[in-house]
Amino acid sequence: MSQDIYVVIEHLQGQVLDISYTMLAAARELAQSINGKIVAALLGHNAKNLAKDFADDQVLYLDHAALEEFTSDAYQKALAELIGKDQPRAVLFGNTSIGADVASALSIRLGLPLVSSCRNFTTDGKFVSQICGGKIMAEGELPSPTALVTMVPGGYQPDQGRNAASPSITESAVPALDSLRVSLSKYIEPETGDVDISKEQLLIAVGRGIQMKDNIELAENLAQAIGGVVCASRPVIDQGWLATSRLVGKSGKQVKPKIYFAMGISGAPEHVESIMQSDTIIAVNTDPKAPIFDIAKYGIQMDIFELIEVLTEHLKAVKV
Amino acid sequence: MNIVVLVKLVPDLVEELTIDASGAALDLTFARWIINEFDDHALEQGILIKEKSGGTVTVLAPDLEGADDVLFTAAAKGVDRLIKIKGEFSAMNNHALSRVFASAIQGLQADLILTGVQAHNDLDGSAGPLLAECLQMPYVGYVSGVSTNDGKVAVRKEYPGGLLAEMEVTLPAVLGIQAAEQPPRYVAVSKVRQTMKTATIEEQDASDPDPCGGPTIGRMFQPEATAHAEMITGSPEEVSRKLVDLFKELGVL
Repeated sequence: MSQDIYVVIEHLQGQVLDISYTMLAAARELAQSINGKIVAALLGHNAKNLAKDFADDQVLYLDHAALEEFTSDAYQKALAELIGKDQPRAVLFGNTSIGADVASALSIRLGLPLVSSCRNFTTDGKFVSQICGGKIMAEGELPSPTALVTMVPGGYQPDQGRNAASPSITESAVPALDSLRVSLSKYIEPETGDVDISKEQLLIAVGRGIQMKDNIELAENLAQAIGGVVCASRPVIDQGWLATSRLVGKSGKQVKPKIYFAMGISGAPEHVESIMQSDTIIAVNTDPKAPIFDIAKYGIQMDIFELIEVLTEHLKAVKV
Repeated sequence: MNIVVLVKLVPDLVEELTIDASGAALDLTFARWIINEFDDHALEQGILIKEKSGGTVTVLAPDLEGADDVLFTAAAKGVDRLIKIKGEFSAMNNHALSRVFASAIQGLQADLILTGVQAHNDLDGSAGPLLAECLQMPYVGYVSGVSTNDGKVAVRKEYPGGLLAEMEVTLPAVLGIQAAEQPPRYVAVSKVRQTMKTATIEEQDASDPDPCGGPTIGRMFQPEATAHAEMITGSPEEVSRKLVDLFKELGVL
């Protein structure tokens, strides 16, 4: 049992994902409050070179052909062994397609407590989790003996977790990884679609508030009038009303336009994390308490259908 | 193939959320319980697999207000068997819930278990991967496509930026569904009413819930925004005029 904070580094196709740096920044805060050190756990195959800019005290590297790309089964086996042996004070995972797939299994397998959706740690070492679409925060003491924690973005900037010089790397033993039940067949690269919303300067974004497929046309008309492109949050894409290439959010694109005009989008954390680099966010929503108003620069409390056509006409008049 | 879908009911976020007198939990006295939206996708995916490859779909739901509606709606969509687990679920954490579900599933000879990848009130991991480990089955989450093939399933798993991974998983397995291959189907209220007359909900008592593994919450609170948008007010006409001025100011017109 140690006071070490382990961070399970997430990477795909040879790229370390931003959430890894966010976690390293969180670990820095936690390590200070509980007087521990930060250990980056890197699982991969011929991937030692990925550990070059971690703001940590030590890198543990686990090399195995079955760890080359992420699969839940191989990661669980390797991590169960590592965590069981080292018994750190906490292990940080992303609340992501990688971390969330393994942290729960480890909690049951090792009989260790699990905290999910942690956004930040307080200066006295408590976890603060974000639930109910960002409307509620839940705080508590870091559970013992080893707390497994899945982290959401938002509490720390990835850059806080980067450091030009990573410390030395220690290779750690990997258990036998046989009879695996999950295997990667191939990656399918994202459809490029007709536009790349991550490069557009003016985005008209629609959310659940657009209500039905036929209303997408209203957003298209507005986009045309101002010279922008329509994109959407998850519910709209799941309904099949717009192509996947237009998805902004956790499984979609990160965007950084000059103007992000959000209509009928409440501002769930999974969406907000992908639009924070926009220069100016303008939000239209009927709910005055919608979280989107906390991050938007300008807000309009109004039914989008009262505004959208009137605004389109005004814009057309200016453009002529 | 025996497909089992687990449904979690969650408080509707459209309603005002308040913290109870303890200061450490949501006040659920007047909560409206609805199906977790990802579980609705899991249900749709289960029905799609059955329609394509045959088999049966069984749905399990905890006994919370609204569970009967959820189960009868599932039956109207094409589910074969409805099971309601009786117990006190409103404050149950996911470790306890998944142990209860695991025990209820033992007798169902499930080949494939589907559930939503997450729920908005998860504080101790999501139900799917916890359940998978209780049953010692493999788990893959963030799934948006499933095809079955001779003792295995091929799944599409979502990663950031629109990247997908195709993975092969041996059965029996648990999958956390992010999105079904089609939007959850609509079923008319009249059809649900009709189903209520013919379908039966089986009831099972929950095994002793064991919450061990979930954290203790000391305090819950509503986040205080560090900033708030500058509100643009007026009639739609006035707001439009102000927006046009703003767009000019920002250099896009």
